Amino acid sequence: MSHDRVLKLSDLPPAQPFVLHDEDRAAIEHEIARYEDPRAASIEALKIVQKRHGWVPDGAIAVIGQVLGIPASDVEGVATFYNLIFRRPVGRHVIKVCDSVSCFLTGFEEVFAALQRRLGVGPGQTTADGRFTLLPICCLGACDKGPVLMIDDDTHGNLRAADVEKLLERYP
Amino acid sequence: MSARLSPETHPLTARIDLAAPLDRKGYEAAGGYRALRKAVKEMAPGDITKLVKDSNLRGRGGAGFPTGVKWGLVPMGPDAGRKYLVCNADEMEPGTFKDRLLMEGDPHQLVEGMIVAGYALQATRGYIFLRGEYVLAAERLNRAIAEAQAAGYLGKNILGSPWSYELFVHTGAGRYICGEETALLNSLEGKRANPRAKPPFPQIAGLWGRPTVVNNVETLCNVPHIVQNGAAWFHGLSQGKSKDAGTKLYGVSGRVKRPGCWELPFGATAREIVEEHAGGLQDGLKLKCWLPGGASTDFLLPEHLDLAMDFDTIAKAGSRLGTGLITVVDDRQNLLAVLRNLEEFFARESCGWCTPCRDGLPWTEKLLAALMRGEGRPGDLEALEQMTRFLGPGRTFCAHAPGAMEPLQSALKYFRAEFEAGIARPPAQAAA
Repeated sequence: MSHDRVLKLSDLPPAQPFVLHDEDRAAIEHEIARYEDPRAASIEALKIVQKRHGWVPDGAIAVIGQVLGIPASDVEGVATFYNLIFRRPVGRHVIKVCDSVSCFLTGFEEVFAALQRRLGVGPGQTTADGRFTLLPICCLGACDKGPVLMIDDDTHGNLRAADVEKLLERYP
Repeated sequence: MSARLSPETHPLTARIDLAAPLDRKGYEAAGGYRALRKAVKEMAPGDITKLVKDSNLRGRGGAGFPTGVKWGLVPMGPDAGRKYLVCNADEMEPGTFKDRLLMEGDPHQLVEGMIVAGYALQATRGYIFLRGEYVLAAERLNRAIAEAQAAGYLGKNILGSPWSYELFVHTGAGRYICGEETALLNSLEGKRANPRAKPPFPQIAGLWGRPTVVNNVETLCNVPHIVQNGAAWFHGLSQGKSKDAGTKLYGVSGRVKRPGCWELPFGATAREIVEEHAGGLQDGLKLKCWLPGGASTDFLLPEHLDLAMDFDTIAKAGSRLGTGLITVVDDRQNLLAVLRNLEEFFARESCGWCTPCRDGLPWTEKLLAALMRGEGRPGDLEALEQMTRFLGPGRTFCAHAPGAMEPLQSALKYFRAEFEAGIARPPAQAAA
């Protein structure tokens, strides 16, 4: 795998101070109303920020803590626990490839190898053009269609290594 | 799933339409929300709990605990205060794809189940804890909830009764451990999903310290049908094939001809499910072993195929029914590779809260990886056997690690020679 195709953190512009978008603040406050305790909106708050920025920038952690009235360390504890919260930048499209048993039995390894060859990145890495991040993920609950992966919110099943090229073209 | 299924034999799936699920009007035209009217207008909450007890509905999430008994532990009466009903829709047990079908194909059925069960418990709020990846299910459930709200089935004084109830979809952000009911409650409260000590059980002190019932999607979907048709009808659904009542969503994945999920009488045999419904293994493949209901169940052999897929029969054979969705391992698979894949999953998904699980599972995975490469060392099998005891029931904080030990202990029992073949021979012997 040639390392010049992998995005490095040092390639990124320096961090900007984080400003919570007004719409996002309103969305978080709307979420708070659905629970007995504002803390319960922490995961949703992280997802709201991530939806706008693609990931959860460092500065967002403390700001979310202020909105929810909980310590930043608690927000970070939650952010680092859940695998669908990204604490470093990801590509425009996130590929989540199921590597659990049913997909393993039906051809996960070939599809995952084809993806790594085509993208020139390994699991957890982002392509240098910032287009794709490749992640393994646990069972996606579509085991009758294995092997299965998700790209962003779309689920694709019954994949073969030969399908990878065409599938990726749909995500510019 | 065919649209021609009869609601008499397929109460859970007769209305399923994955392309265009029924909206509220369509659902009502197909008999929906009658159970809700009957429950709220004609029945006391305690009557419903008794009916569910009499029906012998057992939890469909994997543990098989009697649903009515669980409900019966919740404090009732005017002083009971705030109470919660939580639907565990965090379907993530490898090999399991039934709740997705129910939620995407007939979202109103779950919404009605959540309302009727909420009424039985006199809950003040319900939450559907849905895994974040189920984007379509979230969209369809939210639409169904909005429609139910507009019809007066949710909100204040439902159908003119004194009872008020709100229902929300809460989407998660990953992690298998959220399916453990107390870890789920912590996650719903916006914390890391570490499990809680039991007792107290959630029925007494659950979400925000209040009485809380956590039920699986399929379990809750059964509730309106039981209320509508009665306990005797529910017992009849299993057609005498099992002590367990009702139908069950069974399924098969792996290299079979027609992988899928089917609603069948409880107690259908594994052979019927694998050979008739899934069409048997793909050409040229033979069955080596199978997991009856997810990654955390013990392997069974071809000789077990004629067993009824119910809680007691599968337990007697040394495994667990689990979710009831079978994963088939064919004779071309390297069993150690399959097992290593299972243990890698459990190691990665350990929440890290207790030491045996956090350290024991990665160790297990490493031992299996070495055996798989033929680089195992003498003593590795004994170490794995020790692991099945040290990470077994009662040794860890929750059921995650004991679940991980189930496929391992059964593989050691049935396929010991394949483990032994993975131990590297001394160089002198290898050269000979």
